[in-house]
Amino acid sequence: MLSPADFDALFLTFKVAGIATLLMLLFGTPLAWWLARTRSGWKGIINTVVALPLVLPPTVLGFYLLVLMGPAGAIGKFTTWLGLGTLPFTFPGLVVASVLYSLPFVVQPLQAAFTSIGEQPLEAAATLRAGPLDTFFSVVMPLAKPGFLTAAILGFAHTVGEFGVVLMVGGNIPDKTRVVSLQIYNHVEALEYHEAHWLAGGLLLFSFSVLMLLYTALKTHPVANPLK
Amino acid sequence: MTIIHARFLLDYGDFKLDVDLHLPGTGITVLFGHSGSGKTTLLRCIAGLQHAPQGFLEINGHIWQDSECGLFLPTYKRPLGYVFQEANLFPHLTVRANLYYGLKRLKQNSGTVKLEQTVELLGIGHLMERMPGHLSGGERQRVAIARALALNPEVLLMDEPLASLDFKRKQEILPFLSRLHQQLDIPVLYVTHSQQEVAQLADTLVILEDGRALASGPLSETQSRLDVPLAQDREAATVWPATVAEHEADYHLSRVAFAGGSLSITAVDAPVGTPLRIQIYARDVSIALEAPIATSILNVLPAVISGIADGRDSQTVVQVLVGNKALLAHITRKSALLLGLRIGMTVYVQIKGTSILN
Repeated sequence: MLSPADFDALFLTFKVAGIATLLMLLFGTPLAWWLARTRSGWKGIINTVVALPLVLPPTVLGFYLLVLMGPAGAIGKFTTWLGLGTLPFTFPGLVVASVLYSLPFVVQPLQAAFTSIGEQPLEAAATLRAGPLDTFFSVVMPLAKPGFLTAAILGFAHTVGEFGVVLMVGGNIPDKTRVVSLQIYNHVEALEYHEAHWLAGGLLLFSFSVLMLLYTALKTHPVANPLK
Repeated sequence: MTIIHARFLLDYGDFKLDVDLHLPGTGITVLFGHSGSGKTTLLRCIAGLQHAPQGFLEINGHIWQDSECGLFLPTYKRPLGYVFQEANLFPHLTVRANLYYGLKRLKQNSGTVKLEQTVELLGIGHLMERMPGHLSGGERQRVAIARALALNPEVLLMDEPLASLDFKRKQEILPFLSRLHQQLDIPVLYVTHSQQEVAQLADTLVILEDGRALASGPLSETQSRLDVPLAQDREAATVWPATVAEHEADYHLSRVAFAGGSLSITAVDAPVGTPLRIQIYARDVSIALEAPIATSILNVLPAVISGIADGRDSQTVVQVLVGNKALLAHITRKSALLLGLRIGMTVYVQIKGTSILN
C-alpha cells in the first residue's frame, strides 16, 4: 500500500497542481483573450513562446529556469533583492516552473473558445449597453465555459504528470519538492516495484477518469466544444 | 424636420463609403441598395460598431461622433436599439434573460412597462422560458426586435431583419413591423435590398450605390425619380398614401382618396377613414392623350407629364404628376414617340391594377 512518504508526495503534487492551475487561469485568461482578439504583429511570436513547452524537452525548460532563477540569474537576483531568496529547490519555484510548463494547455483551449465565439455576441452586447468588461463576464465567460473547463482540467492534469521540469528546478527533496512522478522514479530506482505499481496505477486511473469526465461534460454542453 | 445628421467617409481601398445624410426624426427610413452598396456599413457606422475615420453623427441634438474633435461614443454608450440580420440572441440565456439583458444595464430603469407592451405587440409572451436554440427563425427575430425596443432607444437600427427568413416567416413578421410603425415614436433606420419591404415600410427612402447616396427623400418622391436606376427596374412602383373613402359592396370594390383624387380598388375590410398604402406598378400604368370614353379600366386620372427617360430595352419611363403625387409609367418607346409625349403635356393615366400594402 501507500507509505506516509507516498501520501506526502501525493498531497504536494495536488497542492502544486492546484495553485499552478489557479495562476494559469488568472494569467492565461487575459493572455488568451488578447491572442484571440489582437491584430498586433506580436501575436505570432507570443503564440510561439506560449506553445514552446509543448515541443521542448522538459529538461531544457527546467535547465533554463534553474539558471535564470539561480543566484547568478536575472530572476534569481531580482528575488534575492526582494528578500525572497532564490526559487530553485523550493515550493514556489516548483509552482513557477509548473505554470510556465503547463501554460499552453490552458491558453490554447481558452484561445480557441474565445475565437469560436466570434464577433456577433460581442456586438449584440455592445448594442445592449454592456461595456467591454461587462461583456466579458456576462457573455464571453458563459459562452467559453467548455474552454475554461478544458483549460482547467488539462492544466491541472498536465501539471500532475510533469517530471523533467520538477526534477531540474525542484530537485527531489522529500516533503518540499518531491511530487508523485519523482516518488515513482525513486521507488523504481530502489527496485520497490510494488510501491511503484500502487502510485503509477493510481496516477493512470486519475488521468483516465479526469479526461473521461471532461469529454463527457463537453459532449453534453449545449454551446461549444473547443476540442472539436 | 431633420433630427439625424450622418456624414461618413471611409475608404477600404476596394470599398468606399461617402455619405452626408439628413434624415427625419420620425417614421421608417429605409436604406436601400444592392449588396456592396454600403447600406450595412452605413448602419454599422451609425451604431458605432464600425469606426469611420472621418465622420460626424448627430441624433436628437446629441453628437455621437465628431472626428474633427476626436469624439467617438462607443456603441454601448449610444442610446440605440439594433436588430441584426441573424437575430444574434445570446445562446446561453433564455428569451426572458435576453430581453432583460439590456434593460438591467439601463441607468434609469423605465423600460419594464415598455417591454411588456413590446412582448405583447410581437406576440412572444409564450416563449419567455425557452432557449434561443429552440425557436424558429421568425420567433428569434421577433425576440431580437423586442430586445432592442425594450431599451426605449432614441433610434432603432435594423439590418435586413427579414433577409435570413423564408417567404412564410417574412409574411409572419411584416405585419408586426407595420404595426410597430404605427406605434413607435422614434426614427427607425431599416436596411434592405427588397423592394417589397421598401414599399411596405418606408416613409423615407435612401438609395445607396457604391457607397454613395444616389437619392434621399420621402418615399413617393424618391421612388419616382427618373435619375435613379430603380425607375427602370421591372418592379418599379410608386406607393401612395391614401384613406378609405367609401365601400361599393355591390361591386366588391372600395374607393380610396389620396391628395390628387380617388381610386377604385378591390374591396378592403377596413372602416372609412382607415389609412392605407396603395402600390402602383409602373408596368400597370398606361397613358392616353384624351380621356378614354369607353374603357374597362376604372381608374383613369388626369395628369401632367413631369419627366421622360429611357427605360430598359424597348421601354420609356414616364413620370407624371397626379395632383401633387408623382407616378411612374412604363410604356414602349414606340408609343411614346407616336403619342408625341413631352414634358408639360396634360394626359390621362389609366391604372390597370393596384395593390394594398397594409
